[in-house]
Amino acid sequence: MTADAFSPVKIIVPCGSLGSGVREEEIEYGLAKGAMAIASDAGSTDSGAAYLATGKSKNSRGAVKRDLTILMKAHAKAGIPVIVGTSGQAGGDLNVNWTRDILLEVVKELGISPRIALLYSEQNKAEVKALNAGGRIKPLPPLGALEDETVESCDHIVALMGVEPYIAALEQGADVILGGRSTDPAVLASFPIWKGAGWGAAWHAGKIGECGVQCSVNPTLGSGVLLTVGRDGFEVEPLSERNTCTPYSVSAHMLYENTNPYLLNEPGGQLDVNNARYEQEEDGRSVRVTGAAWNPGTYTMKLEGAGGGRYQTIMLVGIQDPDVLQDVSGFHDRFLDVLYARARQTLPPGEDDDFHISLRMYGWNAVDGADVPEGTPNPREIGVLFVATAKTQELANSIAHACNPYFFHYPAVMNKELPSYGFPFTPADIPRGQVYEFKLNHVVEVEDPLQLVRTVWVNS
Amino acid sequence: MTKLRNVCRHIRSKQAGPFWVTMDIWFDSAENFQRYKDSPGLGPEVFEKLFGTDPDLVRKIPVPDFDLVKISYPRANPQGGMVERDMHSGQQYVRLLDVELEGPSGID
Repeated sequence: MTADAFSPVKIIVPCGSLGSGVREEEIEYGLAKGAMAIASDAGSTDSGAAYLATGKSKNSRGAVKRDLTILMKAHAKAGIPVIVGTSGQAGGDLNVNWTRDILLEVVKELGISPRIALLYSEQNKAEVKALNAGGRIKPLPPLGALEDETVESCDHIVALMGVEPYIAALEQGADVILGGRSTDPAVLASFPIWKGAGWGAAWHAGKIGECGVQCSVNPTLGSGVLLTVGRDGFEVEPLSERNTCTPYSVSAHMLYENTNPYLLNEPGGQLDVNNARYEQEEDGRSVRVTGAAWNPGTYTMKLEGAGGGRYQTIMLVGIQDPDVLQDVSGFHDRFLDVLYARARQTLPPGEDDDFHISLRMYGWNAVDGADVPEGTPNPREIGVLFVATAKTQELANSIAHACNPYFFHYPAVMNKELPSYGFPFTPADIPRGQVYEFKLNHVVEVEDPLQLVRTVWVNS
Repeated sequence: MTKLRNVCRHIRSKQAGPFWVTMDIWFDSAENFQRYKDSPGLGPEVFEKLFGTDPDLVRKIPVPDFDLVKISYPRANPQGGMVERDMHSGQQYVRLLDVELEGPSGID
C-alpha cells in the first residue's frame, strides 16, 4: 500500500466485553459508516483469578453466542473481519476453546464458512521455568523474582499478546480471530496498524475504546463505539446516535484501572499520551484525538498465572436482635472465639489447627474489617457472613456443620433464652469451592512477538 | 486544615491489575487542587497506615487537566485471597475521605 492510498481505518468496537450485550442497531450504524472490521475483547482480570484458574467464562454461553451471532451476521453481510481478544474472560486455552465451540455452532447455524484463526498464548510450566532460568522473566512490583515453586502453584499461565499475532493472522487471510489473552488495546489496535494507521494513534484509540461505550458521556445509552484511526490521530464516537463523547469523557478514560494515565506499557513499546489533545468535532458527539506517541522498546509480554488454593464454605445470617446490635464489635470477637473453639473440638486430631474462620459483619464493618470509630450509631440490623477455609471442601463443610448451631444461636447476653438468628437458606451452608489467586506479576522478554504464540486455523 | 471529602467533587478507587489499587481524587477547583495536591495528608505514610502498603511503592501523579491526583499502591493482599473483602477495591477510597489535609504553610 502506498502512503497516498491510505485512508483512515474505521472499526466497530461493539461492546466492552463479548457477551455483555451487543446491539444490532449499533452494528448497523457502524457498518453504514463504513466500518472495515469489528474488534472487541472478551474479558479481563478484573473479576478475579477464578476464570483463568478454572478455564471458565464469566459471561454465560447464551450471552456470548448471542453477541457472536450478531457479529458474524455483520461479517457475512459486509465481508469484514471479526477480531476477539482475551476469549472466554481469561484467554487461557480452555477459554479460547470454549469460545471456538460457540463460534463453530454460530457459523453452522448461519450457513457460512469463515476462515478462523485461533491465537493461543497459554504457556506450559516447563517453558516458563526454562525462560526464567534463562533470565528472560522479570518481576513487576510488588512481587519479587519468580520461583519455580510459584510457577508450579499456577493452574494456568498466559502471556499477554500484542498486535503482531493478530496482524499475522489478518495477513494470512483470517475472517475471524479468536485470541487468547491479549492486552485490551492490542485487540483494537491490530487492524488499524495492519491497514497502515499510525502506531501511536492506533494504540491510543485501542486504549480509549477498550471498554466500548465507557468513554462516552452516558454509557447506559449504548454498548459500543466507532473508532476512525488515521496516521496522526483518531476519532471516537458512540455507536448510539443518542449518546455523545466529549473531550472530558474520552480523556478521563485514560485514568481508568491504570496507575499512570500518561504512559502505558504494551508489548513492544510504550504509549505516551503526555502531548495528546482531545477536541470536540463539529457533530458535537465525536472527539478527535491527536498527539500520542508510540515508543518502541524491548519486546516484553506480561505473564498472568492463576491457581486454586484452599476451599471455603460459607453461611449467612441476618440479625436484628438489639442485644447484638448494641455492641457489634464485642459480639464479633466473642462469636469468633466460640466458633473457633467449636470447630477445634469437632475436627480430627492433626487437622484441628489447619483452618481459618472469618466473620464479616455486613452493616457494620464487613467491607474493611477495621475498627469502627467510637460513637458510631448502632445499625438497625446486620448480616453476618461466616467463611470457613480449609484444605479440602469436605473439611470446610464439616467446620460449617459443626459451627452451624452456634452460628444460629450464640447469644450476645448470657443467662437469657437463646436467640435464633435469621438464616435465608436451607441448607444453611454453601460449599463455595476454592480460593483462586493470581500468582504472577512478571514480564517475559521475547525475541519474536510470535515466539510464545501458537496460531491454529480452523476451516468451518 | 480540612478533610479530603470537603475539597473534592469525586473520589474513586479501583484495582489496576490484581496487585495494585488506584485512586482518582478529583478536587472541586483548580485552587484546591493546587493547594492540596502535595499535602502530607495524601503522602505515602498515610497509605501505609490506612492500607498496610509499602510506602516506598506508593505512586502519585497529578493530572492538572482534571484537577486530579492519582495515587496508586500495591494491595496488602493480592486480589481474591482467603480474606478478600473488596474484590475490585471499589470501596477502598472511603477510608481516605476523612484524612486531614494541610495546604502550603501560611494558607490554612
